[in-house]
Amino acid sequence: MRGNFKIFLKGIIDVSPLMIPVVPFGLIFGILSIDIGFSPLATMAMSLIIFGGASQIILLQLFSGGASTLVIVSSVGAVNSRHLLYGAVVSEHLSDLKLIWKIIISYFLIDQAFAVSNKYFQKSNEKNKYFHLIGGGFTCWIIWQSTTFLGIILGSAIPEKLGLSFAVPLTFLAILVNDFRKLINVIVIVVSGLVALIGYNYIPYKAYVIVAALVGLLTALILTKIKKNYE
Amino acid sequence: MSDWLLIIYCGVITYLTRFSMIAILKKEMFNNRIREVLSYVPSAIFPAIIFPAIFLDNSGSFHFEDNPKILASIVAIIIGVISNNILATIISGLTAYWFLIFI
Repeated sequence: MRGNFKIFLKGIIDVSPLMIPVVPFGLIFGILSIDIGFSPLATMAMSLIIFGGASQIILLQLFSGGASTLVIVSSVGAVNSRHLLYGAVVSEHLSDLKLIWKIIISYFLIDQAFAVSNKYFQKSNEKNKYFHLIGGGFTCWIIWQSTTFLGIILGSAIPEKLGLSFAVPLTFLAILVNDFRKLINVIVIVVSGLVALIGYNYIPYKAYVIVAALVGLLTALILTKIKKNYE
Repeated sequence: MSDWLLIIYCGVITYLTRFSMIAILKKEMFNNRIREVLSYVPSAIFPAIIFPAIFLDNSGSFHFEDNPKILASIVAIIIGVISNNILATIISGLTAYWFLIFI
């Protein structure tokens, strides 16, 4: 069994390539938040307390549009509903841990750390493999807090023309690159994407994210069943 | 003050979505079939963020014509599938995007 620190380090190394697009995302968040009129302290608090890029950007968008607290909180909840599924996937590997570790690890269960650690968990039988997720999550935490801070300082100095928001879908696309080789995955990707596109304007509270995900999972359920029947 | 409450509420709901499943689910609750389906979670969820961000404009309307994000995404996918490398996917996508919007 490898040492805790070694696995922690492996988590840092594995997640690093995914951190590059987080940099512009954090900067954009900091700049936007100050622009909208949040104080530097409140902006920093958002990154520390919420620690979720998509949630924080949606919070800003809805807040600047004058949405009520209830609508904003439910939208953030809907956007975050994907974490329920992440939790369900990794919980299998964490079920023997003490509650205190589950409480700590939950704070770090973010998109990028989940993506790389879920792969690692499936290959590794080590009892202390959860340090991989802490390593990845901690790396993202450092990047997210420091880029938020930089964004606050830079204010409006960064040109909007750079179109850095494109880095967001690009990061998620990169995470899926392996799945583009498998037919069932490709179908699930297209189905989920189309449901999200159509639902974007018609499903309230930004719940299109969870609706699309559930339809995608249902598609996977059916297709894997059909595949099994043929084998 | 209400701004702070809003931030705290959003923080709590975000944390709970991360914590609840880890806290509730036990190892015995998973059979191979559930595990197989759950392996499709990333493919089911990420497109819900990717597609609107690429195909919709800021007002939520479809934006197909003259949309550099579509072409840049196609470049990123092709490079990604060939290289099987996350970093190469991101760099090729961003480079293609900047090339398209600045030239």
